[in-house]
Amino acid sequence: MKSRRGLLTVIGLLLALLIITPFASSYVIVLITYALVFAILAMSLDILLGYTGLPSLGQAAYLGMGAYLTAILATQYDFGLGWSFWVVILLGILVGALTAAFFGLFAIRATGVYFLMITLALGQCVWGLAYRWNSVTGGDNGINLPPRPEFGIDLANDVTYFYVVFGCFVVSLLTLYILVKSPFGRSLEGIREREPRMRILGYNTWLHKYIAFVIAGGYGGLAGVLWAHLSGLVSPGDVLLTTSVDALLMVVLGGPGTLVGGAIGAAVIVFLRDYLSTMLPWWQYVLGGVYVLTILYLPGGLMGIPERIRHRRARSASQGETKKLKSASH
Amino acid sequence: MNAQFWLIQSFNGISYGALLFLLASGLSLIFGVMRIVNLAHGAYFLLGGYVALSVIWTTGSWLLALPVAALAIAAVGLVMERVFLRPLGFDPLRQVLLTVGFAFVFQQAALDIWGGDNLDINPPDLLRGSLVIGGLYLPAYRIFMICMAGVMGLILWLVMEKTRMGAMIRAAVDDSEMARGVGINTSRVSMFIFALGAFLAALGGAIGGAFLGIYPGLDFEILPIAFAVVIIGGMGSLTGAALGSLIVGLADNFGRALFPEVSYFTLYAPMVLILAVKPTGLFGRE
Repeated sequence: MKSRRGLLTVIGLLLALLIITPFASSYVIVLITYALVFAILAMSLDILLGYTGLPSLGQAAYLGMGAYLTAILATQYDFGLGWSFWVVILLGILVGALTAAFFGLFAIRATGVYFLMITLALGQCVWGLAYRWNSVTGGDNGINLPPRPEFGIDLANDVTYFYVVFGCFVVSLLTLYILVKSPFGRSLEGIREREPRMRILGYNTWLHKYIAFVIAGGYGGLAGVLWAHLSGLVSPGDVLLTTSVDALLMVVLGGPGTLVGGAIGAAVIVFLRDYLSTMLPWWQYVLGGVYVLTILYLPGGLMGIPERIRHRRARSASQGETKKLKSASH
Repeated sequence: MNAQFWLIQSFNGISYGALLFLLASGLSLIFGVMRIVNLAHGAYFLLGGYVALSVIWTTGSWLLALPVAALAIAAVGLVMERVFLRPLGFDPLRQVLLTVGFAFVFQQAALDIWGGDNLDINPPDLLRGSLVIGGLYLPAYRIFMICMAGVMGLILWLVMEKTRMGAMIRAAVDDSEMARGVGINTSRVSMFIFALGAFLAALGGAIGGAFLGIYPGLDFEILPIAFAVVIIGGMGSLTGAALGSLIVGLADNFGRALFPEVSYFTLYAPMVLILAVKPTGLFGRE
């Protein structure tokens, strides 16, 4: 019952977004598209952080792989600028997943703080290559992309591109939702709660975590392809530690282990960062303050607020009842 | 000629490593004692540089700038640990994110107060020249950095090995629960370590300001390098931090000189391998 209401709310919000966005100003449309791309990245990280209990500090690496692949194919091979855009999307997912498959071999063994550190180091490896390998990545300047693909419909139009990104977002949300509700997703949650017990029950926890890591990498790659065409410039700044940290904060702010929470967190942070920054010169204090307050007072993130309110209401209601009982007994 | 190249590059690498030691020794102790991945450590480095600059602008004394900057940022670290990190208990993820929140706030504060320009600290004339040793021109400032790191390393070593506080810290690194069990106030140890780490990082920033420059973004640029030192050297160990700094300083310098295209990769890939094979680092205790 509760989950059905939640599902209907999500569908309603998505429909509203789909209908309202095209009427917004072009700046807001780009901003929403930007938020959707990062929502995909945040949801991919939520599979690791929220469902498997693996806090990765290197999720930007997969975004970077997807984005650089797109940029290099487009500028050096003229590939992916027509119908082949869809091939590039598949390749982006593939390169993200393959990178994660390679990185996972090193990272999955580590736990807790060490997992944070090793994913940080892996992310820095990708950043180092992006920053220094001039002949391939253009170094500090990055790569400027040609105009967006055109195949009958012209993606250079921001509204059209919004529809494409929106479609990718919905497909990602749906597939990830199916994933986390599947037996596989359930066993991931089991690993998050108590890994030794899952191991005793006969689950190959390493393999479960590894597969989750690879899947998360694939969605990260998808976000990268979409990001490359959205921004029109791929640079080492996209792969920086701060991007990975942002993704982590989006998940924590929205509420880990909820998928939708990551999307909400992405929307909030993108708007704080890009909208607020045009109005308030001191926007970063707000951002930092939001982080600190969320972590101190909202461990369940924004998605945890309704639960907390319900909890408090139930508690005060039961307190009221005991009071009544006490006064009646007197 | 060839030998000279190697000597000069080694010297540069060692002096860079000396700077890294100041930054990373505190980070390593924080990590070892509290298991906190402190992502605000780069911000301490940057703020240390900025505060030193302000002191120089107002008083004109470079010598005064170093301790003032280090103490000011140590106070910042102390407040951060006491007021914000302490109530979180042991939760690595929330601690990390909290330090990031602070890193962002510090970044913005630095931008507001000191602006976005690339600033430089001018060392006194005495340190601006260079010494000629065996036909090699060695910049005096780099020699000063090495001496400074040596002195700080020696003081730290004495504190760690010869004082009661040091023994408590070592106990907390080895087994924090056990240390609490035998009556060591680990909460006070944590506070001391955090302030000490901030002190060292800010000192590094004040010294490194004349060498790297001070600019927005330096914090997150230098932070992963400090983590590389901590991981390679092994957390919570001073000797490890010293050797790790030396290795990273040399690897970075030779990487840049010999194969610039993959220079950062050659720094972080070994870090990954060490973490995968021996998470406590090359010289960390099991």
